[in-house]
Amino acid sequence: MSSTVDLEVQTVTALLLTLLCVTALAVVRMRNLWAAVMLMGIYSFLGASWMLLLDAPDVAFTEAAVGAGISTILALATLALTTTRSKQPARSQAGPLAIVTVTGAVLMYGTVDMPRFGDPEAPASTYPHPSYVERTEHDIHIPNVVTAVLGSYRGYDTLGETVVIFTAGISVLLLLQGSRRRTRDEGGGESP
Amino acid sequence: MADVLGLYNYWVVIFLMMTGFYIVISRRNLIKKVIGLSIFQTSVFLLYITIGKVRGGTAPIVADGFEVYSNPLPSVLILTAIVVGVATASVALALVVRIREAYETIEEDEIFEQDR
Repeated sequence: MSSTVDLEVQTVTALLLTLLCVTALAVVRMRNLWAAVMLMGIYSFLGASWMLLLDAPDVAFTEAAVGAGISTILALATLALTTTRSKQPARSQAGPLAIVTVTGAVLMYGTVDMPRFGDPEAPASTYPHPSYVERTEHDIHIPNVVTAVLGSYRGYDTLGETVVIFTAGISVLLLLQGSRRRTRDEGGGESP
Repeated sequence: MADVLGLYNYWVVIFLMMTGFYIVISRRNLIKKVIGLSIFQTSVFLLYITIGKVRGGTAPIVADGFEVYSNPLPSVLILTAIVVGVATASVALALVVRIREAYETIEEDEIFEQDR
């Protein structure tokens, strides 16, 4: 019984990973920025689906809401203020391709020393000692350990995170302040 | 054989990472570069979540009848990273809008041309 479930999960995972790679390659090829942004939404959503299979539902729905939702809206807003076409790359692509291939090969060589997928003895899963998972409900009265760590054990980090978002919001406001005033009449003509 | 299967996820992540990197270094359109950065970023998220998975485990929500949970710490890290990622991406996109206002273009080579 459990092996059929395993097989199903592996099949779905293989399908998702293939789609992820195909979508990423399509983004590389796409010269229409509007289509590229839409493909990015699909890419984020596929990533979120994979996270769900990897036992991270909290991350999956954040990625689906923030990565596929808010990011796409921000990118579309930028396209409306700028342009939707990108120029054909004029330079030869051999240099970047070589750099990427070499870097990728080195990284793949590096993974040989990594703990194998799902290994319960992997350093990431043995330190700190996993007993805190059982103690969480007693300590914080929340069964979801991710929420407990985020909101209580490491609450200061979450406060820091909100400071980062606040700073980013202020930066965006300062950058775009008065942009309408400066924009000349023919400036925004290329919006979709 | 089991060795290759255990590393397969990392290799997919590296492929996605290199795809994002390639977009950043080969495309001259600034919005395209920001898109490449976010592909790279998402691949890092997937790397961490892959590391957190424990064989036979379930989502780290404590309930009766479950003994093995996947590691919650990568999830916590990446939740923060996703939100910070969208914040930095929005600053980058705002910069692109400002560049477009100042230079009337978002193609890197044309911007360098005007600065010469």
